[in-house]
This record gives sequence, structure tokens and C-alpha cells, in this order.
Amino acid sequence: MRIGLIGQPNCGKSTLFNQVAGYKAETGNFTGTTVTYTESSVRLLGQVVDVVDLPGTYTLAGTNPAEREVIKYLTSNDVDVVVNVLDASHLSHGLSMTVELLELEVPIVIALNMMDEADRLGIQIDIKKLEDFLGAPVVPMIASKGRGIQPLFTKAYNVGKQNLLPQKPSYSDDIEQNLKILENELNNVNSYLKPRALALKLLEGDEVILADVLQQKLKIGDDLKTVREAIKHARGQSPEWVIDGERSTLADQIAKQVIKQGTRNITFRDKLDDILLHPVFGYFFLILILYLFFQGVYTLGGILETPLMSFFEGIENWAMGFLGGDGGIISQVLIGLIQGLAGGVAIVLPYLIPFLIGLGLLEDIGYLPRVAFLMDSLMHKLGLHGKSIVPFILGFGCNVPAIMSTRILEDKRERLISAALSTLVPCAARLSVVFGLVAFYLGPSLALGIYLFNLFVIALTAKILSRLVPETSPGLILEMPVYRVPTFRTVVNKAWWRIREFIVEAWPLLIVGSIILAVMNYLNIAVYLNLLIRPLSWLLGLPKEVGVPLIFGVLRKELSLVMLGQALGSMEFSEVLTPVQMVTYAVFVVFYIPCLATMVVIRKELGTKAMWWIVLMTILIATAASLIARAFSLLIF
Amino acid sequence: MNLLGSPKGKTVRITDYSGGRGVGFKLRQLGLCPGREVKVIRYAPMGGPILVDVEGRSIALGRGIASRVKVEKI
Repeated sequence: MRIGLIGQPNCGKSTLFNQVAGYKAETGNFTGTTVTYTESSVRLLGQVVDVVDLPGTYTLAGTNPAEREVIKYLTSNDVDVVVNVLDASHLSHGLSMTVELLELEVPIVIALNMMDEADRLGIQIDIKKLEDFLGAPVVPMIASKGRGIQPLFTKAYNVGKQNLLPQKPSYSDDIEQNLKILENELNNVNSYLKPRALALKLLEGDEVILADVLQQKLKIGDDLKTVREAIKHARGQSPEWVIDGERSTLADQIAKQVIKQGTRNITFRDKLDDILLHPVFGYFFLILILYLFFQGVYTLGGILETPLMSFFEGIENWAMGFLGGDGGIISQVLIGLIQGLAGGVAIVLPYLIPFLIGLGLLEDIGYLPRVAFLMDSLMHKLGLHGKSIVPFILGFGCNVPAIMSTRILEDKRERLISAALSTLVPCAARLSVVFGLVAFYLGPSLALGIYLFNLFVIALTAKILSRLVPETSPGLILEMPVYRVPTFRTVVNKAWWRIREFIVEAWPLLIVGSIILAVMNYLNIAVYLNLLIRPLSWLLGLPKEVGVPLIFGVLRKELSLVMLGQALGSMEFSEVLTPVQMVTYAVFVVFYIPCLATMVVIRKELGTKAMWWIVLMTILIATAASLIARAFSLLIF
Repeated sequence: MNLLGSPKGKTVRITDYSGGRGVGFKLRQLGLCPGREVKVIRYAPMGGPILVDVEGRSIALGRGIASRVKVEKI
């Protein structure tokens, strides 16, 4: 038995899923798409059933890949019963998608969620009446408090078992007549949709489905055209708008008849936007909240990183002593392995865990759309949307979570640009290079200067990239959900799934890369590496020894400082480098190739091609930026 | 009159959209259908988006989009 959860964004669907899902829940992609779902096995009435959390969509119109995959999945034989989660406090809006679901002729149960919120707004819903209208069972519940979950799944189980179908919604006579005509012709057409649902989709002008049907039955193209023209002529509107209008009217009518509106209970939460979206205080709180978030992740990460790092250094020393010290191939591979392990456990995870929990909190409270609202105007000037500010800010802590957070962006273009930009943001590791080299030897104001220069370069890159990759979305259209108290389980589960992805997919690559670099070190190819980088180091006026630390810096950005000392034979940098060289080197390190862990995450999120493009872009930017920095510092020193 | 020009706090009714089919779809998905009553409740500063209320839900719209939503006084 498999139960599919479906609902609109912010209806509490994921909260419901997390209340029943175990830690073993799996996230997957629909084949050939980036549309993801999460699946978990759940014990129910002594049986094991699968519960699938489908992506939240507003409609099933098939206007984006997620909607299309959801319809395909719901009508496939894989799903035995559909649980449609509705936000009881915004009933008519949710019902418009329910009407679409009823057309699919699959067993369905309505989960009327957020009954407490509806209660607070003085909305009383006649459950029995709603069931009569929809011809499907309705179970009231409060997912965030775990109430009504058992009855819901019991009901769903029974409905699925008996294959109980809901009643089909009907349209005005003329639409119904035309549907009949099409339906008769579609009887022998092979599709995942039932003939009536298929006829509706065709009438609504769904081009993907039409192409599919035409392959089987070319004749229908002309008939469809005639029917659509007839409706347009009679109604003065395209059939898709007529049908959509009738659906929302039906949803409104049902809602109106089952709802008894009492008095609204205005609370603090309703007033919160007056402060958080205020033209002045809103920005103050935005900065404060993001600062606290950043600082929290940074502090917690630091507390965890230091002991973990010394632990791994201890292991490394012990291993070295055990193997007799000097670098045989085995000890080099072992050190590579230990450093790869350490990179994951001691450097990435300490920041990733608090970051993902913090991001989950901001997400579930409903603050992220507010950030988008406040920042939209500024980001538009760079050719981006408001939400893109989030990965950008997080990049200052670590680029890995920054790339992961691009998932909050719906648009592929936006994700690509934001990911590319956030790799240019100097993370904590690169901060150590800027501070260790420039601030320490040349003073903090020059280090600050590098940060400002970095911001300028990022803004300029944003401007150029947004010109190069043409805009597809016309502007911001975004729902501001009501503020909610996040549930512990949802936040922890979500963070855990994402961490597991890093451990399973990115970490092994990090370890392999680290071993390869160690072997290169053993084979003593430093000379060749320096030679390889020589054109670049010559161009930037740097000593040829910087080749090795720059290449190893790809593994971990801190290494480009630590190994610089080894390569030049002194940790007292003022003796071996001129101030101009220090600035040039630091600027280059700030911009060039994201570290290996970041590259792996980019590859996972956006594909191999995007990863190499971003690498190429950062090399070009790093070279140009450090040349400018060199010219500038030649003037001041 | 379009939604961008409608005064803050005043309830108006959506009549139609101008512009592409895609924008119309997206607006309908979020419940901004012709015939429904909406109200501008907030403006973001510096030419930022506007926040509108439709049936108790808040939707942020970029000004470009808002100017394509035709409304009438009620």
C-alpha cells in the first residue's frame, strides 16, 4: 500500500509527513527531472505502508515540471490512495486544487489541517457537509501538534484498500457536452489519464499531453480546434480560463457553504509583519536576524572545529609515528585519507549542522519569503530576485551550505547565478588567509579593503551573468505564509536528510581527491606543479613556489596559507614576500576555484557542466581581480 | 486602473490581466483570479514589491506584475 501526500505550498504537508516518517526516509528524483519527493515506510494497523511526500504545487495544470510529474505519479498504479492536505484557514484556495484532484478519478482522502489556526480566525467548518460536496472522506487534524494523524491514515488505508472513488465535479452544460464529444474519441487512446481527465486537459490546451495524444490519434487535432474555437466564441474567453474560472467558483461556493465565520482573534503574529516588513525597522531586523544566524553558525562551528581538528592531527601524528615518519607511499595515502576524513568531519560538518538547523528554522517560521520581499528591489538592480540574497550571505560562513540553500530558489537560472556568485563570497577559510596574510602584516584596513573590493566584484559579476543568462520569470509572485511555530521533528528531520546527502555523496569524493593530492605530493611533482602554474604566477608577479599551495588550496582553502609557508620555507611572510605580493596572493585566493567540497556540491545540485563553468569563471575573475589589486598596491607601496 | 495604482488599504476587484498567458496562470494559481477582491496592504521601499491581501492570504507581487493586474473600484 502506498499513500501519496499532496497539497499546496504552506499547507503543512511536510509537517504531516515528518510526524509519521522515520529517520530512514529517502529523498529521490522523478526519473529525468530535478523534481524531488521524499518517501518513508510507516507502520500502520500492524502493516507497513509507504508514505510519499510529493512537491507542493498550487495546481495540477502542468505549467511546470513538478505539476506534471505529480499528476503522472498520482495516476500511476504506484499510488493506492491520495491524501490531499488542505489548510483549513484558507479553505477555498486549497479546494481549487482538490477539484482538480477529483477529476483524476483516484481514491482520495482530505486532510483538513491547521484546524487550530482556522479556529483562531473564527472559521468553523461543517465537516459532514464538506464530505457530501466532495464525495470523499474529510479528516480534521492539526499536524504540528500531532492531532488527528492516526484517524487520517486509518481512513486513508481503508479508502485505498476498498478503492473508493470520489464523485467527479461537473461543469456548465456546454463544457460538459464538449467534454463528452472528446471523451468518446479518447476511449481507445493510451494515457496515464482517464478519458474524461484527458479530455479536460486537451480542452485546457495542454500542449505536452496533446502532442502525446496526436501521436496515437492524429484526427483529434482538428476536432479539438473546432471545440475550443466554439467555446471561445460562445464565452468570449479561452477554454482554459473558462474551466479555471468554473473550478475556482466551485471551490468558492463549497467553501462558502461549509464555513461559518465567527470573530477573528487578532494576535501578536498578525502584527509581526508591521515590524518585520517595516520600510525601516524591517531592514534593521533583517540585518540583526541574519547576523545572529551567521554568528551562531560561526561560533558553534568554531567550538566544534577546534577539538575535532586537533583530534585528527593527533591521529595523523600517531599514524606517522607508527609508519616510521618519513613519506612512504602508504603513509602518504593514509595521511591523504585522514585529511579527507578530517575535511568532512572537522571542517564541513561543524558548520553544516548548525547551519541546516538554523535554515530549517527560518524556513519553517516563514521568514525567508519576507527576506525576499525586503531585498527584491536591491537584488533586482543586480538582475536577480530577492531570495537570492540568502545563499549569498551564507557563503561568508561556508560555501557548501550556501550552494545547498540555492534550493529555496524555484528558477533554474536564478539557482545557477546565485551558486556562481556565492562561490565568490570569501568563506571562513578564506577569511583566515586574508587575515593571516594581509591584516596581520599590512593592517586591518587593507583587509577590509579586500572585502569591499570583493563585494564590488560580486556585484559586477552578478550584473554580467544576469545579462548573459536571459531572464525567464517576469518578476516576483510569492506567497507570504502566516508565521508559524516550527516543529522540532520537521526541522531535525530535514537537516538530517540534507546532512546524509553530504555524507553519502560529497564526502567520498572529498576523500578520494585528498588521497590523489597526497600521492602527487609523494611523487614529488611540486616542481612540475610550480611549472604548470608558472605562467600565472609570473603574470601576477608572485614567486614560482606559490604553485603548490594554490593547487592544494583547492582541497581546503586554509592550505593555501599553511602550505605557502612550507613552500617558501618561512612562516614569517614579511621576509619572503613583498607587501604587493601579499595583497595579490590574498586577492587571488579569495576568488579562485571553489574548494573541492564546494565543487562536489555544485556538481550534485547543478550538474557537472555548471561546475566546470563556475571553475573557469572563478579562475578568470581571480586573475583579473588580482591583476587590478597588484596594480593598485604597486601605487600605494 | 491597475493594482499598482490602487490606493493602499482600499479593497478592489480584479477584472483581467494584460500580458502573457504565463503570468495569468501564475497569478491564478496564487488565487488572484478575476472576480476576487484584493487589497494592497504594504509597499516595499525603493521600488520593491507590493504586498496584497486576497481572501486572508498575503501575496507579494513585483511592481511589473502588479501593473499588469487590472482592477475596478467597488
